[in-house]
Amino acid sequence: MIADLLTLVLVPAGAAFFLAGTVGLLRFPDPLSRLHALTKADSLGLGLIALGLVPQAGSIWMALKLLLVWLLVIIGSTAAGQMLARFHLGREAADE
Amino acid sequence: MNELLALALAFPLVLGALFIVLAASTRAALFGFFAFGLFLALAWVELEAIDVALTEAAIGGGATGLLLLRLNARMRRTVSLGQPAGPQLRIVAGLLAVLVTLVLGALLLALPDPAPSLAAATVEPLPTLGISNPITAVLIAYRALDTLLEIAVLLIAVVGIRVMGAERGWAGRPVPWPAAEPSPALVFLARLLVPAGLVFAVYLFWVGADAPGGKFQASTLVAALWLLAIMAGLAPAPRTGGGWTGIALAVGPLAFIAAGAIGLAATGSFLAWPEPVAKPMIVVVELALAASVVVALVMLVAGPPEPEAGR
Repeated sequence: MIADLLTLVLVPAGAAFFLAGTVGLLRFPDPLSRLHALTKADSLGLGLIALGLVPQAGSIWMALKLLLVWLLVIIGSTAAGQMLARFHLGREAADE
Repeated sequence: MNELLALALAFPLVLGALFIVLAASTRAALFGFFAFGLFLALAWVELEAIDVALTEAAIGGGATGLLLLRLNARMRRTVSLGQPAGPQLRIVAGLLAVLVTLVLGALLLALPDPAPSLAAATVEPLPTLGISNPITAVLIAYRALDTLLEIAVLLIAVVGIRVMGAERGWAGRPVPWPAAEPSPALVFLARLLVPAGLVFAVYLFWVGADAPGGKFQASTLVAALWLLAIMAGLAPAPRTGGGWTGIALAVGPLAFIAAGAIGLAATGSFLAWPEPVAKPMIVVVELALAASVVVALVMLVAGPPEPEAGR
């Protein structure tokens, strides 16, 4: 019961972060802010969804797999965000 | 509920295809292609074809997308394929596509219920192979010749790329890659992901006997990790000629043909797996094939060699 409640709260919260991140990606004026919106959605939104799904996983191994997916996505999206930001800064420096 | 989910997945597929066709720049179309591949993989998951989904995500979307992206980056000037299609040609092509879709849909609806199937008869003799994932078993038992020809096609593609290399850089390394100092974030990512990914690739290879997975998916993953290491400057791009890469390329098809000859000698038909040693033989052939696929994919993406003087 409490486990289901946890899922019901955490998964929509994660989805809300994805929605907010997407709106930010579409509406923010410059690349760095758009990147900021996107990486928050990726790491926090997915984290909340993964945490919310843990009570439904059924076994400890499945739960660990969910958390591992989250960890890998955090690493990947953080590195991608860093690279895009550096690329943008480099291009800005070249423009000046 | 399931139909709703399927429809929700079909929607981005159609939108993605439209985006790819209508995108203003090649690069935008290519990024659309990556996203399209992911949605296609999800659609296969929804159809409970996990093996196909893995292959689509790894080879269809991932490796092919990367290949096209690198090709696009290396083109010094865009090659025009003649006049762009006029409105009449577009309308005819569109009508043809609609017609094919309608015929396919009509055929699908006309199928008797339950649809005729050879699945039961196909699966029945498979347990003797010692492989409980029916997809892998069908690939190695009934479609062994197709698999052999697939690896031959990959080999021919690699030879084709080697032939395109400039004469002065013959058999040398591909163009300097990465072109600039790699970002520290990329180096960090490569250091972290390569070992973790290798563990997962071994798992994917081994689990293919009993669950979705297998050599093609695992090899694509290893190739992707190798390319990541190359892009991060942690490993040099392999030379296009000779050396151990040549051996690795040849070992897969050769092992397959040798296994086929053993089958011919033992049971009288090419690529038949003699029963007591079927499983170990299959594992050896799959390992050899995996090595060839990894090297072939990396060399395909790395591309033809350039003159050493230009470095």
